[in-house]
Amino acid sequence: MTGEVRELYQELIFDHYKRPRNCHVLLDANHRADGHNTLCGDRITVYLKVDGGIIRDVTFEGDGCAIATASASLMTEALKGKPVTEVAHLFEEFHEMVTDTDASAHPQLGKLEVLAGVREFPARVKCATLAWHTLNAALKQQGTTVSTE
Amino acid sequence: MKTEREIFARPINPEFGVTRWREDFPILRERVHGKPLVYLDNAATTQKPQTVIDAEVRYYSHDNANVHRGVHTLSQNATDAYEAARSKVQRFIKARAVEEIVFVRGATEGINLVAQSYARPLLSPGDEILISAMEHHSNIVPWQLVCEQTGAVLKVVPINDAGELNMEDFGALLGPRTRLVAITQLSNALGTITPIERVIAAAHAKGVPVLVDGAQAVSHLAVDVGALDCDFYAFSGHKIFGPTGIGVLYGKAARLDAMPPWQGGGDMIRSVTFEKTEYNDIPYKFEAGTPNIAGAIGLGAALDYVSSVGMEAIAAHEHDLLEYATRKASRIPGLRIVGTAKDKASILSFVLQGVHPHDIGTILDRKGVAIRAGHHCAMPVMQRFGIAGTARASFALYNTRDEVDALIAGINEVRRMFQ
Repeated sequence: MTGEVRELYQELIFDHYKRPRNCHVLLDANHRADGHNTLCGDRITVYLKVDGGIIRDVTFEGDGCAIATASASLMTEALKGKPVTEVAHLFEEFHEMVTDTDASAHPQLGKLEVLAGVREFPARVKCATLAWHTLNAALKQQGTTVSTE
Repeated sequence: MKTEREIFARPINPEFGVTRWREDFPILRERVHGKPLVYLDNAATTQKPQTVIDAEVRYYSHDNANVHRGVHTLSQNATDAYEAARSKVQRFIKARAVEEIVFVRGATEGINLVAQSYARPLLSPGDEILISAMEHHSNIVPWQLVCEQTGAVLKVVPINDAGELNMEDFGALLGPRTRLVAITQLSNALGTITPIERVIAAAHAKGVPVLVDGAQAVSHLAVDVGALDCDFYAFSGHKIFGPTGIGVLYGKAARLDAMPPWQGGGDMIRSVTFEKTEYNDIPYKFEAGTPNIAGAIGLGAALDYVSSVGMEAIAAHEHDLLEYATRKASRIPGLRIVGTAKDKASILSFVLQGVHPHDIGTILDRKGVAIRAGHHCAMPVMQRFGIAGTARASFALYNTRDEVDALIAGINEVRRMFQ
């Protein structure tokens, strides 16, 4: 298998695909949104509990590919306990990482950096960002379904 | 059913024409990620033979002008070539008259035309349109739109676990309020060939006209609209080795004659005053504006190509490939074929346990193997089988057993990665 494929499907990705973290309905959520990838029909729901400007809890559920699922799982881990004000910057940073052709390091992204391999697969950027777009919609409390189109 | 030995045994000249056919398609010499292209996404769109590419280049290099307008030579040449393409379509699908051939953008536009121009003026609240559970979105949404506009109701004939149309249910759903049956001849998501002759006979027995969505069928099955006796038949050029943006709506002359125009503009009128406009005859009544002249000419060249190879040879070759691929895929642990109808053509749709189709598609692509992953614009089919999507390999006349082997090797590699 080519190096790029191995770079994309790293062990940590498989780990979060097969055992996604925070993958359940959040009963006391005060924000939620549905997202879907019109390209493949994947759907995701992101739940948030925000209190005092801090993300106290964040979960997701849905059916997606390895990249979409692992990205959602890693996102929930990264965001728990973070101030809401940091989300926009983090997403910007993440988006830059998965779309930039130059392979600059993004140390502030921590474990999320494992998704950097997506940049070699433009058709899969939407998979990696689906959870993030849905999160944004949830924070804005848009009741409607978001799409990565 | 052939025995395994018969299927795997290579006849003396197993792929009699395929080596030669492959040479006709320049894109098949491309490499993808350093690997020879294995193009197995033919149900999405087919590749183009050199003759089709040349026909468009020749038209733009030598004959380009508007049709049905000018007195000058080029306009006459363009008109002749455009109308010659219409005659080629007529002969190819065995329509009785050339005016029964309407050029449209594709099957989607053809179906929308029938929905808006045939069905809409006819439908009253409570009337019914009957489709099947294996339709492409393009044979669902136009009917939903016209139902919203008229208060008519969309009824759906269910399919069984193999992906076959349930004919008993069809008979039961074909009722006194059914105004039109619209059904695919070959399912793009499952590969099912529908018993279209029986559907048409049953519908006609009750005086109900039938539209056949031939988008998938036209490049795999010999189509004879006269023998089928369907009222409408729609297909896209790009799925039969022609250009994108050109397609055909066949309609029985009497039906087309009785229908109001769909779009207004140039070429579809006989005379215009501000008080009254007189419409042109069929098919021009339905071809408002400058048509896709080059596309029609390219489609004509594509149909010439298919005729020169012969639909019988194509069908036999594809049948061999599908049987070979089905048998090989069935042996892969954790792989389930979605769509196992007795009567099938050209499509192998499958799911792999623990692996999302999207991931299969990405990994195969890096091996040069192009397949489609997802819902194939047939989300209700996916819901019927309780899945989000499938991976789909779809074959055309230029595919080979070696390419099937590359697909199978790729799937096995995916399995190893996801273990």
